[in-house]
Amino acid sequence: MAVHIVEGSFDPNRYQAEHEASLVAGSFGATANFIGTMRHINEGDEVTGMTLEHYPGMTEKELENIISDACEQWRLIDALIVHRVGPMTPGEPIVLTTVWSMHRKDAFEAVRFLMEALKSRAPFWKKETLANGRSRWVEKNTPGY
Amino acid sequence: MAIQVKFFASLKEDIPDALREVNSEDVATVADVWAAATGIKEPPAHVVCSVNHSHEPVTHPVKEGDEVAFFPPITGG
Repeated sequence: MAVHIVEGSFDPNRYQAEHEASLVAGSFGATANFIGTMRHINEGDEVTGMTLEHYPGMTEKELENIISDACEQWRLIDALIVHRVGPMTPGEPIVLTTVWSMHRKDAFEAVRFLMEALKSRAPFWKKETLANGRSRWVEKNTPGY
Repeated sequence: MAIQVKFFASLKEDIPDALREVNSEDVATVADVWAAATGIKEPPAHVVCSVNHSHEPVTHPVKEGDEVAFFPPITGG
């Protein structure tokens, strides 16, 4: 199980591949992931940039708790969460959650749980810069279910 | 005798003069810490609280050495 908080652009496929290389080949039959990417439109406005603030220490602890909770609910071989912080631009990855399990049911359900739990429990906050030069804090998440 | 207080995101901007440390002898709960640090009687309903990196309600007791944080609703991912 691993949690990474990353400053600067990151390649989710590389993180997933490097983590998967540490697993025993043949030990898992299902891999499911979710990649969240920054959009250039939010609330009907053009967004040119965004800065992600977080609470160092609590963020990592909460993400580890979320993975532990998932392991109690589903039979998982391994799980990975990577989340970016700091300034970014549209089109760049924000978050990666990946789950490895024996069968697809556990992988599909657990990877969704990781994302939904992350969005309500892990202390991250987004501040957008709009095309008109103004900036604003994002006040709520879009519904996941 | 101190309790560390942290504010994040929009709260940090909205109340920039809030104290970052309060005397543990003056407070019993998270709500007391808010009032002592900000001078505002109660935290707004949308404010989220944590003690020592764990989510807690405003009624949670506090003690010397605790780190109490206040922040707006989470918007990561």
